[in-house]
This record gives sequence, C-alpha cells and structure tokens, in this order.
Amino acid sequence: MANADIFQIRTEEAPKLAAPISTSGVIGWMRQNLFSSIGNTVLTVIGILIAYSLIMPFIQFAIIDAVWTGDDRTACLAVEGAGHAGACWAYVIDYLPQFIYGRYPTEEIYRVNIVYALFVLLLVPLLMPSAPYKGINALLFLVVFPIISYFLLTGLEFGDTVVLPIVETARWGGLLVTLVIAVTGIVASLPLGIALALGRRSNMPIIKMVSVIFIEFWRGVPLITVLFMSSVMLPLFLPEGVTFDKLLRVLIGVTLFSAAYMAEVVRGGLQAIPKGQYEGAMALGLRFWQMMGLIILPQALKLVIPGIVNTFIGLFKDTTLVLIVGMFDLLGQIQSSFSDPNWSTPTQGHTGYLFAAIVFFIFCFGMSRYSIFMENKLHTGHKR
Amino acid sequence: MSENAVNAEELAADRSRMQISDTEVAVEIKSMNKWYGDFHVLRDINLKVMKGERIVVCGPSGSGKSTMIRCINRLEEHQDGQIIVDGNELTNDLKKIDEIRREVGMCFQHFNLFPHLTILENCTLAPIWVRKMPKKEAEEIAMHYLERVKIPEQAGKYPGQLSGGQQQRVAIARSLCMSPKIMLFDEPTSALDPEMIKEVLDVMVGLAEEGMTMVCVTHEMGFARKVANRVIFMDAGQIVEQNEPEAFFTNPQHERTKLFLSQILHH
Repeated sequence: MANADIFQIRTEEAPKLAAPISTSGVIGWMRQNLFSSIGNTVLTVIGILIAYSLIMPFIQFAIIDAVWTGDDRTACLAVEGAGHAGACWAYVIDYLPQFIYGRYPTEEIYRVNIVYALFVLLLVPLLMPSAPYKGINALLFLVVFPIISYFLLTGLEFGDTVVLPIVETARWGGLLVTLVIAVTGIVASLPLGIALALGRRSNMPIIKMVSVIFIEFWRGVPLITVLFMSSVMLPLFLPEGVTFDKLLRVLIGVTLFSAAYMAEVVRGGLQAIPKGQYEGAMALGLRFWQMMGLIILPQALKLVIPGIVNTFIGLFKDTTLVLIVGMFDLLGQIQSSFSDPNWSTPTQGHTGYLFAAIVFFIFCFGMSRYSIFMENKLHTGHKR
Repeated sequence: MSENAVNAEELAADRSRMQISDTEVAVEIKSMNKWYGDFHVLRDINLKVMKGERIVVCGPSGSGKSTMIRCINRLEEHQDGQIIVDGNELTNDLKKIDEIRREVGMCFQHFNLFPHLTILENCTLAPIWVRKMPKKEAEEIAMHYLERVKIPEQAGKYPGQLSGGQQQRVAIARSLCMSPKIMLFDEPTSALDPEMIKEVLDVMVGLAEEGMTMVCVTHEMGFARKVANRVIFMDAGQIVEQNEPEAFFTNPQHERTKLFLSQILHH
C-alpha cells in the first residue's frame, strides 16, 4: 500500500466551508484581540473599568443630570440633598446668540447669517471631489466670497446713504471672530507658505535670504508677542491719525505667523520629491512655473497633507489667544459671560468650557477627518 | 543576448530603411568641457550627429556618458565649448533652452513618469501646456503613441500600477507625443528585469527604423549591432574611440576599448 501514499488524484472538489466561529465575526475578533490570553483578558477588564469610571461621570454630568430648560440660575441650582448638579445647558442656550455673533447688533445679525450660509454653500461643494465646476467654485470662494463678506460684515455707507449700517469690529465676537480669523489665516497662509518655501529653495540669493529671514523671524517669536506688537506697539510707530482696524492687524499677524510654519511644512514636501521628477518635467520643455504647478507642488503638497492640517488645527486653536488684545473670540465670549449674575451657578463655568471644547473639537476633528479622506483619495499607489 | 547573432543580410535590409542625412546636422558638440567643482568630468568632447543617425554611447560607469547626453538638453550645464542642437546654440538664454527641450525627447533610466497623473495625462501634459494643443487632439495623439508602444489599455492607470517595462514604454510614448526631432536615451533598460528589456528595445528598434535621430547610452550590445550606425566609447570623460558597430566590436583599436569589450562580452 506504499504507493497510495505518494500517488494521489482528487476526484471531487473539496467543499468550501464557512470559517469556524472562533475566527470570524464579533466573537472571533474579541477572542483574537481582547481575550487571547489570561494577561490580555485582565488588561481588557481593567481597561473597561477605567473607561467606565471616566466616561460615566461625564455622561452623568453632561446629559443625565443636565438642565436643558430654564430662564435663569434657579433652574440650574443643585437640588438640596441630590448631590452634584449637572451641566446647565439652559445657560448656553440663552447665551447662544452671543456665543455665535458676539455683540453684533441684533437687527443686523441676518448679515452674519448670510455670510455663514454662503460659507457653507461654497465650501461644501469645494471640498467634495465629485462636485462639478471646481474652478468657478474656487473663484467664488476665494475671491467673491471674501469681498461680499467684507461688506456684509463691516457695512457699506457712501457719505449719508446707508446701504448697510457700519458695524465696528469691536462689536464682533464669539464664533464669528474665531471663524473670521481662522478661515482668513488658513486661506491666506497656505499660498504665502508655498511662496516662502519656494523662495527658500530658490537659487537666487536675495529671494532666498528674504525668505529665510522672514521664516526665521516669525517662527522665532511667540504668537502672543506678535499679537501684542500688532495691537499695542504698532500704533506707536505709525504716524498720528493713521490707524488700522484691530481685527485687521490681528488677521495679518496670525496669517504671517502661520505662513512661516506652513513654509517649513511645504519645504519638507518639496525636499521629498526626487530629482528625476524635475528632470522629467524639464526634459519635456515645461517652464519653471508649469513644472512647479503641475508636477512638483501637487506631489509635494499631497505628501505633507498631515503637516498642513496640523498647522491649520494649531492656527484654529490659537485664535483663542486674541483675548489678550481685547478681542472676544468664542472662548473669550464664553468666559466673559461668566460674570453674568443672572446665570451664576456652581456649574456655569464647567458648562461653558465644555461647550467651548465641544465646538472646537467639532471643527478640528472635522479638519482631521477630511485630511485623512483626501490622503486616501489622492493616493494613486505610486510608492515605487 | 541571442539576437547578437543577427545575420548580415537582415542587418543590411534593416539599415537600408534608415536614411542618414549628409547635410543636416542634428547635434553638434564642439570642444566642450565640463567640470563638477574642480573635477573635470567631460574633456574636449567633439561630436557631430547627423539627422537620422542612431548613435550608441558606451563606456564604464563614471566615464561621463550620461553627463554628455544630459548636456544636449541642458539638464547639465557645460562650461566651455559649444553645443548646437537643431541649429540653436545652447547658452544661458532660458527661452532658447525651452525651445530646444521641446524638440529633444529624453528617456531616463528610472523613467521619471509623474506618479500623480494617469498614463494618458502623463502623455498629454506637455503637448497641452507646452505646445498649447487642444486637449482632445493631445489625447488622440497620446493614444496613437500608446498604441504604438502597445499599451493603450493602460491609459487610465497610474504609473505605480505598471511594470517597469511598461513604464519605460510609457516614457517613450510621452516623449514622442511632443514629436521630437531627436531622442536621447539615458540607460533606458538598466533598471529593468531581464524579461522586460526586450519589450523596450523592440520599441526603440521600431523608432530607429522610422528614421528617428537617436543618441542612446546603453550597454545593450545586441541593440547597438542591430540599429546603431556608430558606436562611441567613452572613458574618463573623453571620447576614446568611435566606429561603425561591426568594426567596433570585431576590431577595437584602443587598449581601453579592448579591455572594456572583453569585460562585457566574455562571460
């Protein structure tokens, strides 16, 4: 019978069976990843306990014990003998207009709403790769929208004819200021950063030197210093009677500051592009700017999307620093509302900060997810 | 390669189709010198390439072969002497350089395709942006050349999804889309697997048969025998010897050439 062991022909197909339950589905996954050994089981249990002890009080505070309706502080005061009071969302709801618009005059708030609506309407299709008319969309968003927004937000008056009453930027506040600074900073710092990065890699000594000095200067000073300088020191240097709007000064400061960081991020991407790509482009007869715009930058920027978004997120959160020059962004507006005796309760501060955290998290997390989406979308499997 | 043993009749038949002009000069290099810092990489290079010529440049690594042909489209700058391409002298005039690069196609050892663009976009980019050709026309031309290098079905893919041989063929098609007057090949098969070398060489042979002026840096001696009308041997930055392929391979004159040929042919 020895022959039978070495000679074999399969006469019928072996049946295709479902994977055993221990390796597939939820149970299989849990066995492999959570309970694969005694040690791992212990760690899993400890982990669940820690998560439970951290998350439960939070849910208790933010949702279960929370007060959602009420007209003043009495609604949110702790009930005698019932332990901690929950979050006082009634206060946030009451203050919501101030958090969103600052002290913008109530009868003019529709103008801010138009700007918000335009912003969403133009930004969403711009971010969706499948939406058509990208060129027109970008033009509207980057050129037309800022002009319209400028007049809508600040107002438009010719002498005595008032088209839109002027609203001073000092009355702006809350999310409006946060978004104006963040969006302007983000939109303006990217092209500026790219220009500086190209400048720093240029062969022309003067352009290179100017770029290096600019980048090193702005990276070398803290943002708070920049803001202080722009709002306190700058007026001293300007001739009498010449004033810049405070918000404008902040905008310029924030933009130049983040452009310097952006430049270094982009430079990192440029350095990662192999020399062959430049040579391939040059050999085809592309001019310098065609080569940069069509071949080098698209690849370099794609490589550094994580770094770019990192800078964007940092910039978004840094907008809270404008409080020190007397501007009220979202966080500043929330903090200033703490002094209202009408809503003064033990949980007012917690609730306010929690609200600020949630809003900031939504924006930053959104940017982060979108960047991951774009990275996957632009990945053409060209790692070779 | 086994194709080395091409019989003489076949060679003669192939050659007869490749017309070489007696009067029109494609590239002329006159006593050109180049230095990298203090290092004298190219020494007194004199070379005249007539229209329709197929020239193979060989030599040991570091001998300056690549540097020399990269000077022809100004990927490298020469410091002394003259290079005249298609009647235009290469100087620091950027406009002239762009003009010359438009007429001179180049294929690289590592293909240098643009990984973020599809194969079709790689081919249409330069015609659209440099020649200002309408997109539709550029795409038709690109498809024509992709068919010629036998990969039209890959047009929608990205370079990273293709094999090395396919990528090099795309690179050739990309250059051809600019309808160049001269093609430069810088070791086009050196980075390829043995199986893929033939598909690229076949395309190059086809090009030669159509009368394209070609300057190839390559170690494919079979290719040199089959299509070249002149073989140039370089060593230490100089042109040491040049001759017709048969004479070059069977009867090398210079000691250095003999040594080189014995190294590459006898193993």
